[in-house]
Amino acid sequence: MNKDAVKNLILRMADDELILAHRHSEWTGMGPILEEDIAFSSIAQDKLGHAQALYQILHDDFGMPAPDNEAFGRSESDFVCSQFVELPNGEYDFSLVRHYLFDAAEYLRYGMLSTSSYEPLAKLSRKVYGELKYHLFHAQTWIVQLGAEGTEESKARMQSALNEAWPYALGMFESTEDDAALSADGVFPGEAALQHAWMEMVSDTVAKAGLSLPQNAEAVLGGRKGYHTEHLKPLLEEMTEVYRIDPAAEW
Amino acid sequence: MATFASLDPRVARLEIDQEYGKELPPKPELDQLQTYEVFHQQKSGAHHTHVGSVHAPTKELALILAKEQYARRGQTLNLWVVNTADVMTMRSEDADIFETTPEKKYRDVAAYMVRNKVEAFKQSQKAESSHE
Repeated sequence: MNKDAVKNLILRMADDELILAHRHSEWTGMGPILEEDIAFSSIAQDKLGHAQALYQILHDDFGMPAPDNEAFGRSESDFVCSQFVELPNGEYDFSLVRHYLFDAAEYLRYGMLSTSSYEPLAKLSRKVYGELKYHLFHAQTWIVQLGAEGTEESKARMQSALNEAWPYALGMFESTEDDAALSADGVFPGEAALQHAWMEMVSDTVAKAGLSLPQNAEAVLGGRKGYHTEHLKPLLEEMTEVYRIDPAAEW
Repeated sequence: MATFASLDPRVARLEIDQEYGKELPPKPELDQLQTYEVFHQQKSGAHHTHVGSVHAPTKELALILAKEQYARRGQTLNLWVVNTADVMTMRSEDADIFETTPEKKYRDVAAYMVRNKVEAFKQSQKAESSHE
């Protein structure tokens, strides 16, 4: 088994989860209604938990720094998250559409990983599957409600958020040189296979929501290679502010 | 223009005009979502117990939102949601129909003197067995 390829895959997944968890948590106390505020905050916590579990695997099995150091001690260019997760929240429409597009991919990714030949990933996937299914239910139900059952304004907002998010969402599936090894070793079928399954699922929901898929969009790439938007650096500064005061502190 | 100062970076970023906070424009007529009553079932065979309500536009979303409000901690097997408007309820001024006159003791369990009879039966059984 190509262990480097496995390590890189886990790091990409963990960074996506961590950064999106932080973005989601920015809604805490500011959500549109109390129930949704609580739900969104809880989803953010779940994502942080997934990131923590993934960094823990990297620490235990690959000798990488402990989860806190890995999450808070790296600089911007060391992050391999997709640019999609680092974009600012914008209004709730964009956050919701991103939540849906990301969670559809995450649900399918962990589903594929549940039979992975790399046991720690397979085990984690099976453990968190219920959470992922709930995240997907939550996102999907809102998208269909606001697209097909809401008002003219809610539908227009969903469509414009979808148009804005789409090129970045495609960037989640940026291919890497690890894909061939991961697939050959039975670890993960690869980003292209995931994107294919995702496209089927998303097309179905978008149609149910009465929206249309953006056409001829170019994927925004680079995140997996450490190239990021101008939004990641301020996010990291804010997220690590307390940690940096005393990185060796015992919590 | 001075902006509203806050320790919360999210609020600081909004650059709210300091003057703005002095006199907020009146809110429009509240257009709250409807409410759904939530019933929680802990395990197989247990009753669904009323635990509270949620605001939601549809029953589907009510179920999703109820999951987080009422089934986040502890064991849950199932949830029901029912539109509050669909619950038939008694008018409070009719609560007097639940009152009962004090002399109807025969309707209370305490009015049945079964205990005495059981004791007497046990005594007679004991007496019989000691004769054998």
